[in-house]
Amino acid sequence: MENQERQEYNITVYTENQIGLLNRIAIIFTRRKINIDSLNTSPSEIESIHRFNIVITESEDVVRKLCRQIEKQVEVLKVYYHTNEDVIWQELALYKVSTDVIAEKVSVERLLRENGARVVVLRKDYTVFETTGHREETDNLISILQPYGLIEFVRSARVAIIKDSEGFNSKIREFERLEPGEEVIENEYLNQGAKVFTM
Amino acid sequence: METQTITQEIGEIAEKSVKSQKTEVSGSEALLDALIAEGVDTIFGYPGGAIMPIYDALFDYNDRLNHILVRHEQGGIHAGQGYARTSGKVGVVFATSGPGATNLVTGLADAQIDSTPLVCITGQVFAHLLGTDAFQETDVINITTPVTKWNYQVTDATEIPEVIAKAFYIAKSGRPGPVLIDITKNAQIQKFSYEGYIKCDHIRSYRPKPIVRPQYIKEAAELINSAKKPFIIWGQGVILGSAEQEFKAFVEKSGIPAAWTILGAGAIPTDHPLNVGMLGMHGNYGPNVLTNECDVLIAIGMRFDDRVTGRLDKYAKQAKVIHLDIDPAEIDKNVKSTVPVWGDCKETLPLLTALVDKKDHTAWHDKFDDFAQKEYDAVIHTELNPTSDELTMGEVIKQLNELTKGDAVIVTDVGQHQMVACRYAILNKTRSNITSGGLGTMGFALPAAIGAKFGAQERDVIAIIGDGGFQMTCQELGTIMQTGIDVKIIILNNRFLGMVRQWQELFNARRYSFVDIESPDFVALAAAYRIPGKCVSDRADLPGALKEMMENKGSFLLEVMVTKENNVFPMVPQGCSVAEIRLK
Repeated sequence: MENQERQEYNITVYTENQIGLLNRIAIIFTRRKINIDSLNTSPSEIESIHRFNIVITESEDVVRKLCRQIEKQVEVLKVYYHTNEDVIWQELALYKVSTDVIAEKVSVERLLRENGARVVVLRKDYTVFETTGHREETDNLISILQPYGLIEFVRSARVAIIKDSEGFNSKIREFERLEPGEEVIENEYLNQGAKVFTM
Repeated sequence: METQTITQEIGEIAEKSVKSQKTEVSGSEALLDALIAEGVDTIFGYPGGAIMPIYDALFDYNDRLNHILVRHEQGGIHAGQGYARTSGKVGVVFATSGPGATNLVTGLADAQIDSTPLVCITGQVFAHLLGTDAFQETDVINITTPVTKWNYQVTDATEIPEVIAKAFYIAKSGRPGPVLIDITKNAQIQKFSYEGYIKCDHIRSYRPKPIVRPQYIKEAAELINSAKKPFIIWGQGVILGSAEQEFKAFVEKSGIPAAWTILGAGAIPTDHPLNVGMLGMHGNYGPNVLTNECDVLIAIGMRFDDRVTGRLDKYAKQAKVIHLDIDPAEIDKNVKSTVPVWGDCKETLPLLTALVDKKDHTAWHDKFDDFAQKEYDAVIHTELNPTSDELTMGEVIKQLNELTKGDAVIVTDVGQHQMVACRYAILNKTRSNITSGGLGTMGFALPAAIGAKFGAQERDVIAIIGDGGFQMTCQELGTIMQTGIDVKIIILNNRFLGMVRQWQELFNARRYSFVDIESPDFVALAAAYRIPGKCVSDRADLPGALKEMMENKGSFLLEVMVTKENNVFPMVPQGCSVAEIRLK
């Protein structure tokens, strides 16, 4: 039975690199008044194919319909969705603090160690730390640094990789090889076994 | 200053072109060559500043491309839709930038929701002016993204052959839809070395139809063969897939009663013994009630629109659902299917037909007949044979049927007349019912009828329009006048915005809020466009007037004054289940 509970879903979209496609995908959510919690887009491991990672909080039924609408777009190659349990995900965060204050008041080494952070830039006037992790982890470092005059903070969108060992690489490679007229893509209704939604 | 730059640029480009060799063509010429290569013969359009280079080139293509000058871009795109719907080809529409392009939006939305293949070409300001709020600049790509299957902005002429090839391929393949190509003026002018036109037959990220899965066909056939009360509901997918014969074979072998959505009308003839009528809000009694009684519901090329399903959580809950559709996004979108048969129904139906048992389901058919009789007694008889002084819409359609014998193309607008026409018009042939189904666009019929006639010149085309809808696009009488195209126009005038009035009567305690609409003298209006016409309000005059209209060489406008406050029944009130359909 399908999960009707609202929870975070990670939607992975492989697309052509085309102007306007971001809008075409975004309006599929906005038309239904669904908020995008996090959106990351960047070139995939295959030249000319881009990968979107989109996070929304919805029920599985809604997510599946959204995925089908996204996959219907001409320049979209493939769409998958996963719950947080099915993926390993990370967000990257940068923190800018005053070098003077931080050097004087904090054991920097301990702070870095305890938070899995590293120094990206060390200048006379300020220092930039970086950490990656789940939301709570990056949030945690904010609260630690806040008392020492956090100057600026930024966090990336989520990137996620699926736990399923087969992964996407081989599937997406098939698109690269695809000759005109050759049909290589499966259109399984719902591949329950592999817990991967495919069409 | 800006003007100077543009003039300079045009000058430079023109100068270059003089020096260049003969193999060089302009972007505009490449576009028109592409259209010819795609088999286009008719274009509906309206010129303007940003599309002038294309129109200049068109001047030399007049012998091969028939350009129809419309009176408004909305008229142009609806004509393109009508053309596509009767001909089965891709409708082509030209418009200029800015207001020209925005006037296409209603038609694009209509074509998108009704899956009509269109390629719209819009002019755009020079590429270097994009984003500067230039004269007649509007962000057409972003405005049209939600209402197109695909769109693309061309800023360099060398892209044109490939982009146009893609546009036609996308518009007509899979589930068809509208495509818009926005071409900046510099790209229209720019000369480039043209290497010929190659049709597109493949886009790696685009799968027009899902692969047919034999196990689903098998599962579907097993369900059908074990069913006691199976019911087929079909939509426009059968027509779009040119699968009328395959569909007929399936229906006839399985012996299953079959009902249609309004866009599916005509895929098998109205009087086919297995055709049990129309679905939905104003559909027939039996098909609606028995949807909630069948044990297996076989949906073919239809998308379970809310006007068909009524209240969704009370729709066919007892039935196992087999859904045949080319668009995977339609499967389980509104109604959960037991067996999804993904694919083109032209391919899947023969596979299914081969596996289903030959049956006749007599007792089940009798049930449909019983409901049909009840509906006839309660609604149809009085609608078609009224005893009141005033004319009804239904009797006009009945009289018309006697003249057309069901062979005409019927183009309807939106509202009461549309429902009455779809309910009572006899359609012997496919591609005969042209109407705005999904979007419900008032003003659709007149321009769509013009396009429908261009798409099927050997057929009679009759536009049936309400007094409200006619006034939304009546400027297209000018197009009829100028082209001399033969379109018969029937205005069913009840001096109300009838469908809204009906709802206000039934659900808003007769509070008739802004539905009382005055009309001009339609016959005089037609006369101003040199189109003959007549107005009838007496029953005795109706047959003669219809005959005169049909026999007139060329267009004719017939205004029929009908009962002011007649309601369309049966009716599934909004929020009710299909089984709660009302006969009065």
